[in-house]
Amino acid sequence: MTEIFGFPIQALMGQLVLGLVNGSFYAMLSIGLSVIFGMLNIINFAHGAFYMIGAFLAWMGLYYWGISYWWSLILVPLAVALIGIAVERTLLQWIYKLDHLYGLLLTFGIALVIEGMFRHWFGVAGQPFDVPEGLTGGFNLGFMFLPKYRAWVIVASLTVCVGTWFIIEKTRLGSYLRAATENPKLTQAFGINVPIMVMLIYGLGVGLAGFAGVLAAPVLQVSPLMGSNMIIVVFAVVVIGGMGSIVGSIATGLMLGIVEAIPKVLYPEISSTMVFIIMAIVLLLRPAGLFGKER
Amino acid sequence: MLKGSSIGLCVGALLSLGTAHAEITDGVVRIGVLNDQSGIYAGLSGPGSIWAAKKAVEDFQPEKHGLKVEVVAADHQNKPDIGSSIARKWIDVDKVDMIVDVPTSSVILAVNQVVQEKNKVMIVSGGGTADLTGTACTPNSIHWTYDTWALANATGKAVVKTGGDSWYFLTADYAFGQALERDTEAVVLKNGGKVLGKIRHPFPGTDFSSFLLQAQASKAKVIGLANAGGDTINAIKQAAEFGITQGGQNLAGLLVFISDVQALGLNAAQGLILTEAWYWDMTDENRKFAQAFTAANRGAFPTSAQAGVYSAVTHYLKTVATLKEDGDGAKVVAAMKATPTDDPLFGKGTIRADGRKIHPLYLFEVKKPSESKGPGDFYKLRATIPAEEAFRPLEDGGCPLVKK
Repeated sequence: MTEIFGFPIQALMGQLVLGLVNGSFYAMLSIGLSVIFGMLNIINFAHGAFYMIGAFLAWMGLYYWGISYWWSLILVPLAVALIGIAVERTLLQWIYKLDHLYGLLLTFGIALVIEGMFRHWFGVAGQPFDVPEGLTGGFNLGFMFLPKYRAWVIVASLTVCVGTWFIIEKTRLGSYLRAATENPKLTQAFGINVPIMVMLIYGLGVGLAGFAGVLAAPVLQVSPLMGSNMIIVVFAVVVIGGMGSIVGSIATGLMLGIVEAIPKVLYPEISSTMVFIIMAIVLLLRPAGLFGKER
Repeated sequence: MLKGSSIGLCVGALLSLGTAHAEITDGVVRIGVLNDQSGIYAGLSGPGSIWAAKKAVEDFQPEKHGLKVEVVAADHQNKPDIGSSIARKWIDVDKVDMIVDVPTSSVILAVNQVVQEKNKVMIVSGGGTADLTGTACTPNSIHWTYDTWALANATGKAVVKTGGDSWYFLTADYAFGQALERDTEAVVLKNGGKVLGKIRHPFPGTDFSSFLLQAQASKAKVIGLANAGGDTINAIKQAAEFGITQGGQNLAGLLVFISDVQALGLNAAQGLILTEAWYWDMTDENRKFAQAFTAANRGAFPTSAQAGVYSAVTHYLKTVATLKEDGDGAKVVAAMKATPTDDPLFGKGTIRADGRKIHPLYLFEVKKPSESKGPGDFYKLRATIPAEEAFRPLEDGGCPLVKK
């Protein structure tokens, strides 16, 4: 059998596919962060909390109201977006004119409050959520056993990422959104309701986080901590990709998932640190990130 | 004979104390519950342990014994530096006399030093490292509910004996995981099994798929999970997804609490073999405790760690009430060791010279969803490991307090 660094190439192939799955989650979360930063200038630390709310709403839907996983995939992101819009209207809209630091602190505080509430209601041990019927089992790819659910995660997240990119870059609504954030006064003069645009962007961004939360529920522990475990890595992804670049977020998310997979075979102890080592190197060589523009 | 001598010791200790300056420092016995209040071990210890400590105080009725008892609590966030600085502040400023629970082995070892230096008392229930009654044992510490050696011994032996003779370890990369892996490996080898490989994963981890895939490729019959709390939950959940058990491999949870099973659901957890020191559905007293616990803790069932806190606090208060003194930690611990333990949850037991509390352990199998009669009905008993066999023999631990 062919080997790389003394490891069978088949084992590495399997790891790369798994890396792609993790990368899909990174991409979905970082795209929302990136859109919110690029357009609203808010470093949204509450992103992980919205992801967690997404997973919890899926669980609550199933156990309290009998809403299936598939309906959750549609309903939960909308619900999370509505919660996000409420937060944006009541809190965030007052600080757009201030320094980044205020947005960071405010959203960090919001994240702590949301997490604290869920901890109070549900404890941290987590809630059970089974893989939906129809997606149990898996494919034997020859070099690995790929659970159907993981394959579905890749398909779903790529579809959503490309869809988001398309809406923002290629549609009329997208061009309004971009204009509203690029030059709000001028856009308003053309008769476009800028505050509503900004509100929609925040809703879209956190809605994506909610969607990622629903996707994660069957494979990760549904607990109030799941957001804060994820958010730091996702921020590193956004920094590496370049703040505010949508294509950058998708590409970097997938790439980092794959790069991260390799140390998991070669030297597992370092796997959770790998992303930050890459971040440090990228920041030294290209401070604006791989896809970012110097401002 | 042994019983006679220990009672004699106890009486002797009491007599010698009678003449000393026996008093309760600052008039209040203060118990500090130090654990994880918000992280991955908060489910197995956390607020539930505080409740258990307060319940123990309430049931003890301190006013009848002329004592005033207060329970304080803090979150060590699973970080040794935070844990030891809380312990220092508690003892120096807040006049805490006894620290209880302490999950997370790295924190235990850090707080252990502080408690010995200040001559107070630490009783560990939620934490696991067997080093606490081994090379790191002190005259100020007691290990109550379980330890890594006992879990490894019980689960390891049972699994190897039923045919699981080749192992692959998934280990949380810190003091606890490494100790658990080391102890289990020894048991597996001693019983004729072999270890095909191991992975040390970062703590805490979320994605175990990559490690599980490697474990799957190893073709080992048993994948030993030398981790705890959220790590174990994620690993078992993802193992189900990757068809590990359908492929003929078995999972052995080396430290699984009822809170983990509750979080997994029986669908994902069924068939798992695990060792516990206490289960709520075994005696009427246990069920009564569980009923009150569940009502006060949003439907959660008490873990063995939380029940252990109740039992430990009860024995501590009994001892302090008899001694009428709480300032000299080593003296209190010596008296606790000299007195046999007896409480509603753990029944009768003893504490050894190395600080190890001795009681039976139980090997459980997680029920299938069809076998479960209701919420919390999770385990069926496979074997009882008698008290004298459950824990590491006194002479093997290397505790300096044990004279050879």
